[in-house]
Amino acid sequence: MTFVLVVTTMAIFVTMAFALVRALKGPTIYDRILAVNVFGTKTVLAVALITYVTGHADLIDVALVYALINFIAIVAVLKLVKHRDLAAEAGEGDDRA
Amino acid sequence: MLDVLINILSWIFLLAGGAFGVIGGLGMVRFPDFYTRLHAAGVTDTLCALLIVLGLVLQSGFSLLTIKLLLILLFLLFTAPTATHALARAAMVDGLEPGDQQDPPDMVERDRETKPQGEPSSNT
Amino acid sequence: MNRLAFSLTLLLAALWLAVSGVYKPVILALGVASVALVVWLSVRMRVIGVEHNPVLFSWRLPAYWFWLIKRIFWANIQVTRRVFRPDSIKPAVIKVPVPQKTSVGKVTYGNSCTLTPGTVTLRLTREELTAHVLDDESARDLTDGSMAEKICWLEGNTEPKR
Repeated sequence: MTFVLVVTTMAIFVTMAFALVRALKGPTIYDRILAVNVFGTKTVLAVALITYVTGHADLIDVALVYALINFIAIVAVLKLVKHRDLAAEAGEGDDRA
Repeated sequence: MLDVLINILSWIFLLAGGAFGVIGGLGMVRFPDFYTRLHAAGVTDTLCALLIVLGLVLQSGFSLLTIKLLLILLFLLFTAPTATHALARAAMVDGLEPGDQQDPPDMVERDRETKPQGEPSSNT
Repeated sequence: MNRLAFSLTLLLAALWLAVSGVYKPVILALGVASVALVVWLSVRMRVIGVEHNPVLFSWRLPAYWFWLIKRIFWANIQVTRRVFRPDSIKPAVIKVPVPQKTSVGKVTYGNSCTLTPGTVTLRLTREELTAHVLDDESARDLTDGSMAEKICWLEGNTEPKR
């Protein structure tokens, strides 16, 4: 059983490595943010798998919180890249339709 | 007997989830431009997460751990499209066309404008 | 309004009990306090009920999710095939009409489209959805209108709120 879990964890690590390759190569800044986003969601899955490999049930809370923080971080980084300011007012593109 | 069946089903789910993850990552490296890479990232965000969480749920049966896993899946499935859409929309508003291989010009210009006079960046 | 605040309280309490797992008096008191704080803040921010829609509590929702997961599965297989032959992709930007009556329905359409690999919503207005598609087959998923139809079915015969 543990063998299957470890293999799956390794597969997730490989996916994270691919995401890092994309983050390093770019070429646009959005490619890099996309790669960091994928890296974050795969971290959630990796932590969930490690919970089962090690048997420490408390670790699952880390995954739960990480899933929420990752999303907020990505949106915040996007806003920072766009406006150079986290408290900027709504500008072009922030349509309210 | 039933235990063995559930175990095997869970192995299949876990391994298939891992395989879809690797394929999505491979797609992110191989596809030619930003918008097509979004689709590859979508593979790792949806089916990979779905299969792995379902595989783990089959492992633990009904417990608090299962509820938390399903909550994680719910959060991932709700936030993934929002984050993807925010990325795609930001790239489009910034003038990145499908097929472009570098940052849109106005962003590069904006950097040039702000840097010389610029106040020292606080986020180092 | 009060009814909605009450159901929010119940929902938050259930969530807290589900993720806590420690049922000692002190911890439970902290839980009660945090639920009370969140409900009070939500009432103060006037966010309760703004997006309220009876559709959310219908038996059609689980049926729709099941349908969507099947859809996502086949779309994944399709994109997986493209990953191994990256030359065969034909990316395009297409526009499709948005027939849903309620704003929740429209947003559900946009999100379901993004969640399905092969199609990403670039822009959603009241009448039109602009999407980036990976190839012709992904485009057909949107242009044949099956997903729009399914979400109209999900909306049922609820009256448009706005």
